[in-house]
Amino acid sequence: MAKVLVVTSGKGGVGKTTSTAALGAALAQTGESVVVVDFDVGLRNLDLVMGAERRVVFDLINVVQGVAKLPQALIRDKRLENLWLLPASQTRDKDALTDEGVGRIIEELKTKFDWILCDSPAGIERGATLAMRYADEAVIVTNPEVSSVRDSDRIIGMLDSKTVKAEKGERVTKHVLITRYDAGRAARGEMLSIDDILEILATPLLGIIPESQDVLRASNVGSPVTLNNASCAPARAYMDAARRLMGQEIAMVVPAERKGLMNRLLGRRAA
Amino acid sequence: MDVRADPTRQLVRLRGRSYVAFVFSPVVPIVDWLAEIDATLARSPGYFVGKPIVLDLAAVDLSAPAIAHLLGSLEERSIRVLGIEGVDEERLTTSMPPLLTGGRACVITRNEPAQKPEPEAKAKPTSLLLENPVRSGQSVVFTEGDVTVLGSVGSGAEIVAGGSIHIYGTLRGRAMAGVNGNSSARIYCQKIEAELLAIDGYYQTAEEIDPSLRNRPAQAWLHGDTMKITPLN
Repeated sequence: MAKVLVVTSGKGGVGKTTSTAALGAALAQTGESVVVVDFDVGLRNLDLVMGAERRVVFDLINVVQGVAKLPQALIRDKRLENLWLLPASQTRDKDALTDEGVGRIIEELKTKFDWILCDSPAGIERGATLAMRYADEAVIVTNPEVSSVRDSDRIIGMLDSKTVKAEKGERVTKHVLITRYDAGRAARGEMLSIDDILEILATPLLGIIPESQDVLRASNVGSPVTLNNASCAPARAYMDAARRLMGQEIAMVVPAERKGLMNRLLGRRAA
Repeated sequence: MDVRADPTRQLVRLRGRSYVAFVFSPVVPIVDWLAEIDATLARSPGYFVGKPIVLDLAAVDLSAPAIAHLLGSLEERSIRVLGIEGVDEERLTTSMPPLLTGGRACVITRNEPAQKPEPEAKAKPTSLLLENPVRSGQSVVFTEGDVTVLGSVGSGAEIVAGGSIHIYGTLRGRAMAGVNGNSSARIYCQKIEAELLAIDGYYQTAEEIDPSLRNRPAQAWLHGDTMKITPLN
């Protein structure tokens, strides 16, 4: 049974696209067939992060408008044969998306893939609402700071009211993915703690992705971080999150500060 | 009032049909009785328009000219009489409505606008229970009474209630109680981190709330025209 999963946040720049690529690749690495769909029409990025920008011929809007068939627009990943990309159009805007068109494409994708990951644009307008419209599950990407958490809260409210599932009286399964978590700053109280975030959002935690140069490095070479360097901390965190999405029980690891015991001892003595 | 006739010929088909008629029973003095009618008309003008009216004269002893005068007075008030009851036939002239017999009493269902609020008053609930958290950007407006929230109220969310507001989670958004002018309404919450509290139009913003109350169970109420916020335990 195919699962439609939307990666959303409300706020921009928190890591939706990076997380979509990383989770999509991680799911594909376990053998599932996966398509990542870019809903950020007009400001597409997922093709860059996936390293497929030079192979885009047709896009989501072409398929919505019936100019191209779905198989013509799908781009297969060069590293994983069961990972595909449906890119957004860069020359159009979100008004080109229609409810029926998106519904039709999602239905068709469901017949071909195990996982359909929809990369939502920022905001709460048409692009974001259509990206979540047909979702069975949602990953809400949140940074440990108040503005991001409040926007996520707003998006959760919309997931509970504006999706097809919500309108049928069912529930979209929701997960919080905390990204750009800096253990050092958290310890110094410069960021919201994990507990605070979960208390505010009242939604189960999918994973904690540590702030890392590895994420930026992977984006720059056009590769999902789980493919670029599978052993780095963020890649392992994404891998665990993907396994949790598949229903596996994996213990949650809160990224710890690197400095270790000595530093903590010294810190305590000074206080 | 029933009107029945058997068809006499094939060509003319007469059918029976019954209407509910208002029965006017004038009492002496007629002038006072007419004043009553005027009062009814003042409350709902046009109440008798298009309704069959029957005049029952059993309670009064009127001569033919007096009956004619009464009919004229009703005509002035746009009340047209369909038939007359309870009087000897010889007192009626041919220009008057016919004498009727055999009427049966029945209950008249009135549908004046003044009667309308009555059926509405019974079924409206006076409290609203929300089992899920109220998320940022959501606005819950319930002016009929109390609002109870089992979860938290997020930053940027708002609850507007005609009565009191009870929040069994953290209040991070806005809560406005007693919006219909109910100054005895209160706001209760398990943890107070509110952006704004208001009761009956008097409000306090987060800045004005005593920081020592933050993160504790608290209630807010009105004491005269000042808002008091105190810990619950």
